[in-house]
Amino acid sequence: MAYSNKVIEHYNNPRNMGSFAKDEKEIGTGIVGAPECGDVMKLQIKVESGRIVDAKFKTFGCGSAIASSSLATEWMKGKTLDEAEKIKNTEIVQELSLPPVKIHCSVLAEDAIKAAIADYRKKTDNNGSI
Amino acid sequence: MKLPIYMDNHATTPMDPRVLEAMMPYFTEKFGNAASRNHSFGWEAEKAVDDARRQIATLIHADPKEIIFTSGATESDNLALKGVVEMYREKGDHIITSVTEHRAILDTVKRLEKQGMKVTYLPVDKDGFVNPDEVSKAITDKTILISIMMANNEIGTVNPIAEIGRIAKSRGVLFHCDATQGVGKIPVDVEAMGIDLMSFSAHKIYGPKGVGALYVRRKNPRVRLAPMMDGGGHERGMRSGTLPVPLIVGFGKACEICMQVMPEESKRLTEMRERLKAGILKNLDEVYLNGHPTKRLPNNLNLSFAYVEGESVLMGLKEIAVSSGSACTSATLEPSYVIRALGVGSDLAHSSIRFGLGRFNTEEEVDYVIKRVTETIQKLRAMSPLYEMAKEGIDIKTVQWARD
Repeated sequence: MAYSNKVIEHYNNPRNMGSFAKDEKEIGTGIVGAPECGDVMKLQIKVESGRIVDAKFKTFGCGSAIASSSLATEWMKGKTLDEAEKIKNTEIVQELSLPPVKIHCSVLAEDAIKAAIADYRKKTDNNGSI
Repeated sequence: MKLPIYMDNHATTPMDPRVLEAMMPYFTEKFGNAASRNHSFGWEAEKAVDDARRQIATLIHADPKEIIFTSGATESDNLALKGVVEMYREKGDHIITSVTEHRAILDTVKRLEKQGMKVTYLPVDKDGFVNPDEVSKAITDKTILISIMMANNEIGTVNPIAEIGRIAKSRGVLFHCDATQGVGKIPVDVEAMGIDLMSFSAHKIYGPKGVGALYVRRKNPRVRLAPMMDGGGHERGMRSGTLPVPLIVGFGKACEICMQVMPEESKRLTEMRERLKAGILKNLDEVYLNGHPTKRLPNNLNLSFAYVEGESVLMGLKEIAVSSGSACTSATLEPSYVIRALGVGSDLAHSSIRFGLGRFNTEEEVDYVIKRVTETIQKLRAMSPLYEMAKEGIDIKTVQWARD
């Protein structure tokens, strides 16, 4: 299968690859996928005053999954939580020119974004109610 | 050393220059139809086909008359299975095969199943072997055919073919063997192995693409086949169609070369395979061998690299041609059914890489591949959330994964 230049570029130079300490209260973590399906994405966001100031990812998966999550971290940085939540998988598909068999990689990235935001919100809500 | 490196010799092989040389005159000067009985052009072509048939038969210890030319191993598999079923249907309606066969067998028996045949799919053990006792137990008075592969195309496991052949013979059931990956690589003797029908092809053994053969036993028992292709009655009526003389000449030459070089080539490939394995295992942890350590094709190495996905490995090894059992490399989005049949988890099936060494690979290339595999796996593991979890002491099997 031929990859688009953008997928190859993200694969060779992944953006924001790494991890934050999960327990920090300004960090939201989303882990989606399953090893037996061949894809697991971990996306983390660092939030200050409702804005994502930093993001990191780690991905087990094919080149398109790696590129989708790398791109997602780039796009999330600087956005408010509400803005980041609106990132659509179709935009990722378009940006990376993913073929139909790789659309699930972009869906997973969208799920990971939502999961990371939900995790952060859950953490802060709990803290607030205590 | 030249890049890219080709290490996918189970998929196909480059043609040996000696094979091409042998073929060349048969495209232009010696272009006759081997079935033309009344002029020198035809006789010349017929002689070339006869010579090739002898070269091919010699490699597998058969009689030249028992070689039926086809377009390749897929056609040979189809002809063997469908031809036997049509011819022997009245004797019974049961076929025995195994779960790790090539798709050319599995898809053919599936079609036959739809047409009313009953099929037993034997499991394999953790190394990929079919157990001959289970073959024996599966035979009923309705069984007309056993089809078991000689060597697996993904994991290289070499089945106990002679034992299965003995069982088939003693129970009076025909035995077909898909030997596409075995012929030319390991010694094959259809007599000693009790094989009644055997598929193989030229392009896996440094011959041309587009030609293969089906060995069809003529004595003890005389195997009959209903043809799939009707026409001029070529190949004892089992496969009509003008013979592709240049391809057949190349096939013959390829077999002759294999016969000559097999003892030393087998040793050389085994040494390179072990060098590749040892080099990778020395540099990386949590690498698992798929298939048996020794009872495998000399040129096959199949490894699972835990916590990384196969297609991303192939992407990292862009100047090296190998293949993966990952779902992402198949059209079905399912990881390799062969690796899963070993009882390996799907995660490790996604992580499998097949290295297929060949006649033209060098030790220098092996060392380069060791280096590049090490770098790529290290890079991908640094990127893998699973590797991170494993290093933190989390057992990935106990994690509740959110599935779609």
